[in-house]
Amino acid sequence: MTGAPADPVPPATAPGGEAAPDDRTAAGPLLDVRGLRTWFFTSGGVVKAVDGVDLTVGRGEVLGLVGESGSGKSVTFLSVMRLVDAPGRIVDGEILFDGRDLRTLSDAEMRDLRGSRIGMIFQQPISSLNPAYRAGFQIAEVFEAHEGLKRKAGWARAKELLARVGIGDAERRARAYPHELSGGQAQRVMIAMALAGHPDLLVADEPTTALDVTIQAQILDLIADLQRDLGTSVVLITHDLGIVAEICDRVAVMYAGQIVEEAPTRPLFLEPKHPYTQGLIGSVPVIGQRRERLAVIPGRVPNLVDLPVACRFAPRCSARVEHGLTQCTEALPALVEVEPGHKVRCFLHSDAVEAVPEVPVEVGRR
Amino acid sequence: MSAEGTPSVGAPATRRDGQERAPLVSARGLVKAFPVRGGAFGQVVGHVRAVDGVDLDIFPGEVLGLVGESGCGKSTLGRLLLGLLPADEGTVLFDGVDVGRARGRELAALRRQMQIVFQDPYSSLDPRATIGDSIAEGLRAHGVPRARREQKVREALELVGLEADHARRYPHQFSGGQRQRVGIARALAVEPRFLVADEPVSALDVSIQSQILNLLRDLQEQLDFTLVFVAHDLAVVEHLCDRVAVMYLGRVVELGTRDQVFGAPLHPYTEALLSAIPVPDPDRPRRRVRLSGEMPSPLHPPSGCRFHTRCPIAVEGVCDTEVPALLPGDDPGHVAECHLRTGAHRDLDPGRAPAAPDA
Repeated sequence: MTGAPADPVPPATAPGGEAAPDDRTAAGPLLDVRGLRTWFFTSGGVVKAVDGVDLTVGRGEVLGLVGESGSGKSVTFLSVMRLVDAPGRIVDGEILFDGRDLRTLSDAEMRDLRGSRIGMIFQQPISSLNPAYRAGFQIAEVFEAHEGLKRKAGWARAKELLARVGIGDAERRARAYPHELSGGQAQRVMIAMALAGHPDLLVADEPTTALDVTIQAQILDLIADLQRDLGTSVVLITHDLGIVAEICDRVAVMYAGQIVEEAPTRPLFLEPKHPYTQGLIGSVPVIGQRRERLAVIPGRVPNLVDLPVACRFAPRCSARVEHGLTQCTEALPALVEVEPGHKVRCFLHSDAVEAVPEVPVEVGRR
Repeated sequence: MSAEGTPSVGAPATRRDGQERAPLVSARGLVKAFPVRGGAFGQVVGHVRAVDGVDLDIFPGEVLGLVGESGCGKSTLGRLLLGLLPADEGTVLFDGVDVGRARGRELAALRRQMQIVFQDPYSSLDPRATIGDSIAEGLRAHGVPRARREQKVREALELVGLEADHARRYPHQFSGGQRQRVGIARALAVEPRFLVADEPVSALDVSIQSQILNLLRDLQEQLDFTLVFVAHDLAVVEHLCDRVAVMYLGRVVELGTRDQVFGAPLHPYTEALLSAIPVPDPDRPRRRVRLSGEMPSPLHPPSGCRFHTRCPIAVEGVCDTEVPALLPGDDPGHVAECHLRTGAHRDLDPGRAPAAPDA
C-alpha cells in the first residue's frame, strides 16, 4: 500500500529506521488527542483557547476541523505539533501520535517528527517559505536532512516532486525565489515540501483561504489526489463548509475552544444536531439555493477568559430558549455519541455532564 | 431578439414594473491604468490597465453585483463609478451629470448622493474619533446644522441595529460586525441614492456575515437606494443581487440578471467560476470545469480574448487574435464577450456545457 508506481515519494521510513506503519488497518488511530487544554497566560487573564479537546484522526482519513476565528481550531494543531509559543502553554492532555505521547518527546525528537512524519501547510504560502532561497533548494533540503541525499540528488528529487504537485516547467520554477511565485504556485511548493518528508499526517491550516476560487479548486483537487495516491492522513482546518463537504471524510466542529459536534461528512451536513452547527450551515449562502433570508446566530463569540462551567454556546442559543432548557447555563454538556460515529455536546441530545478537572496550571508539563 | 438600437449596455428593456427607466449611473469606455515601478531606481516600467474599456449602466433601485477574482479590476471600477478615482479615459454620468467634470457645488452635491462602504471596518474608521463623530463627519461636510446632525446620527445608528448611545463610544469598543454596521450607518447617514459596497463582509466571520448581508438587503428594500456590491464570493452575490457583472482582467466579460448569469452562464469563464465554488452539500454532484493555469499578469494581457489562455473551448486563429465585444445572447439583456457564445463564431462552439463529468 505505497501508492502508484509512478509516485516519486518512496515508502515512508520512520526516523528510527524501522519501517513506518503504512498498513492502514494497524491498530488504533494515527492521532489520538485526549483532554487537550492549551491556555494563554496573558495580562488580561487566562485565555482558554483550547479547553478539553478529544479528537482522533484515522489512518488514511481526511478530517475537517471547522470553526470561526478564535474557536481554537488552529491552536489545537499548533499544540499537536508543539508549536505553541509563550504566553501559551499546553496545560493538560495527551497527544498520542502512532501510540507515542508527543508531549514526552524532546525538542530535537519533535523537530525531526515535524519535518518527516507530520507535514504542514499554512494559509500564507509565500511568507511560509524562506525568501532568501530558491524553491527547489528548500525542498531539496528536506531530502538532504531526512534521507541524507547529496545536493545534486536532492535537487533532482525536488524537481520531480514539483512536477508531481502540478508545477509546469518545474526545471525553471525550482530556480525561482518565493517572491517570483504566485500564491497558487507557492502553495504547491509548500505541499511539495510537506510531502518531501513523506508524512503520515498532513496538517493543512486554511490552505486555500488566500487564493482565488479557480486556484483554490486546483489546490483542493491536488490535495485530494495526493491523499488518495499516498494514503496520507489529512487534517484540513478551515472556516469554509463548502471545502469540508467536498473533500473530508469526517468533520469536527469547534466552538470557543471545544468540539461541539463530530460526525462523518454526510450526516453532519444532512442532519446537523448541535444548534451552532445548524446555525453555521444555515447562515452561509449556497450557490444555486435561493433563500429569502440567511439564518443568523445572534451575538458573538464569547471572551475565552473566565468562562463559566456551562455550555459555551448557551448565551447565543435560541434552541435552548425554545425548549426551555435550564441546565445549559449550569453545567457543561459532555460530547456524547448519539448515533454511530455522530457525537454532539448538547443537552438537547443527552443529559450527560462533563466533569471539568482541576488543572494544576503552574505545574503543567510543556 | 437583440438589444439593437438601445444605447444602454445589457440593460433589461423594462423593469419589474414594466416601466422603461433611464440608468442612474452610466459608464462608457472607462479605462484606468496604474503605473508599475521597478528596477533599481523605481522607474515606471509599465502600466497595469486595471479597468480596460468598461461600459456599464446601473438602474435606479437595483442591486448590481460586480464579481471576479483578485486583480480583475472590480474594486477599481467601483471607485471609478463613484468618482473616487479619476478615469484615464471614458466618462461616468450620474443622473446625467459628468462625475469627472463636476466641480464646486455640483461636486459636493454629487458626493452626498454617492457613498462607499469599505471591506475593512477596522481600518476605515478613525480610532481617535467617537462613532458619532465619524458618522457626523459627512453630515458636517454637507452643511447639516449641529442639532440636526445629532438626530441624524441617532437615526442612522438605529437603522443599522445599533443603539443611539453607541455614538459616544470608540471603534475599538466594537466587534468587527458592529464596526461594519457603523460603516454602513456612516454611508447611509447622508441619505445617498447610490452606494458601492466593496467586499463588505469578506473580513467577517461566517456567522457575522449573514447578519450584515440580511441588514444590507433590508436597508436596500426599505430605502430603495441603488447598490453596487463588489465581491469575490459568488454565493453571496447570488443571494443579494438583481443583476451581475462578471469581470476578468479589467473587462466586464458577462452581464445579465441573476437568473441569467447563474442559471445559464454564457461565458466559459463564468462557467468555470461557478463550478469552482465548493458547495456545502455532500450530495450535490460535482461537474467541475477545470481551468488550467493562473490569471495572466494584467501588465501583459493576452492578445485577442483575454481569457483564451485558460479557456477550455478557445479556438486557435480566432480567440487568440480577434478581440471580442460585449454582445447579446439569445436572452434580452444578457450579454457576454465571447466569440463562440455571442460573437460571430457561434458555429465553432463545441456545444454548451463542455465540462466532462468530474469524479
